[in-house]
Amino acid sequence: MNKKLTEKLAPGHSTCAGCGIPAIVRTVLGATEDPIIVASATGCLEVTTTIYPYTAWKVPFIHNAFENAAATMSGVEAAQKILLKKGKIKKKAKLVVFGGDGGTTDIGLQSLSGALERGHDFLYVCYDNGGYMNTGGQRSGATPYGADTETEPAGKESFGKVRQRKDLMEIINGHGLKYLAQASVGNLADLEKKARKALEIEGPTFLLVLQPCTQVWKYPTSQYVNVAKLAVETNFWPLYEIEDGKYKINYINENPKPIEEFLKTQGRFKHLFKNPDNQHVIGEIQRAVEENVARLVKKSQIS
Amino acid sequence: MEEGAIIKNDLKKAPKTGDWGYLKPEVDPAKCIGCETCVRFCPDACIEMKKRAAEEKEVSQENFREKELAHVDLEFCKGCGVCAEVCPVKAISMKK
Repeated sequence: MNKKLTEKLAPGHSTCAGCGIPAIVRTVLGATEDPIIVASATGCLEVTTTIYPYTAWKVPFIHNAFENAAATMSGVEAAQKILLKKGKIKKKAKLVVFGGDGGTTDIGLQSLSGALERGHDFLYVCYDNGGYMNTGGQRSGATPYGADTETEPAGKESFGKVRQRKDLMEIINGHGLKYLAQASVGNLADLEKKARKALEIEGPTFLLVLQPCTQVWKYPTSQYVNVAKLAVETNFWPLYEIEDGKYKINYINENPKPIEEFLKTQGRFKHLFKNPDNQHVIGEIQRAVEENVARLVKKSQIS
Repeated sequence: MEEGAIIKNDLKKAPKTGDWGYLKPEVDPAKCIGCETCVRFCPDACIEMKKRAAEEKEVSQENFREKELAHVDLEFCKGCGVCAEVCPVKAISMKK
């Protein structure tokens, strides 16, 4: 057992073998030496780390319903303010919320939007595995186009999800945050740098982190780092940050690999290659990726 | 404070996730260069860097004798194989 890495999140949690969520949590929480209070929206992270009577958390952790993690943290922040004013505490703790893409893009969006608008000082980290993974892989607003999910299955009538995923970064950016960034679990050094920056900034900050899921994306348990890296190298998941409205691109592959290389690693896109009628879906995914990158580059040039 | 639904981390109560996997990672000191890539990617934080013992130094490559060696604690290792996959020199292999 690695003592330094397990200072805040102990082992013994029940995430699936080969899940990257603990690496995200340890990297984000490891980016600060200050005391931390964590809350988590219902999701893989919450249900796997807090199976009663055991908890893997060594920092204060608040259990939440699906929709109100950001609202809970607003309350904690307000409480800290008044306790500081009354002299009952000497120093504020850093506040971090973890939420999956279901708890962030769909169910928790209203409470997150409210908390961001009110300007509470906390960091919200969304680990995006593109679906409701701990209940068997239902589609969410963040599931990519063409993916086979439990509630939008691929078959004779359909090629899987028929809508493009939400652009969560733009939705959050609409709140005028000082800092938000997109990162990937395959690039932990980059994630740590972004987490450190976000935690230092006063006011709400946001991180969107790609988190491949071995169960529902359907790839061998040993592959999460490779899949996450491929997502970055095909430009499916560009790494960038937005600071005071200014776009800064950290990494976009100038000679990107074709999107097929990323799709081929996963069973949820298998039907696109098996059925010749689905060829256009791959083309559409490639087109959307290129469009997104072109838009980002343009924004980074004009802002 | 431990009361009602408020509980404290107690590793003794933790599910022993080391029983999950059927493959176990094994580090080859002759190949490990001590780069620590595997450490942070391990989902269960099982890998720790330790000084090389005398017999491990003997088999190590010349340039890396003084570098630390990756040690895998199998108590919570789920046998996912991520460490073997990310190792740049393929020093970790998954064995039954």
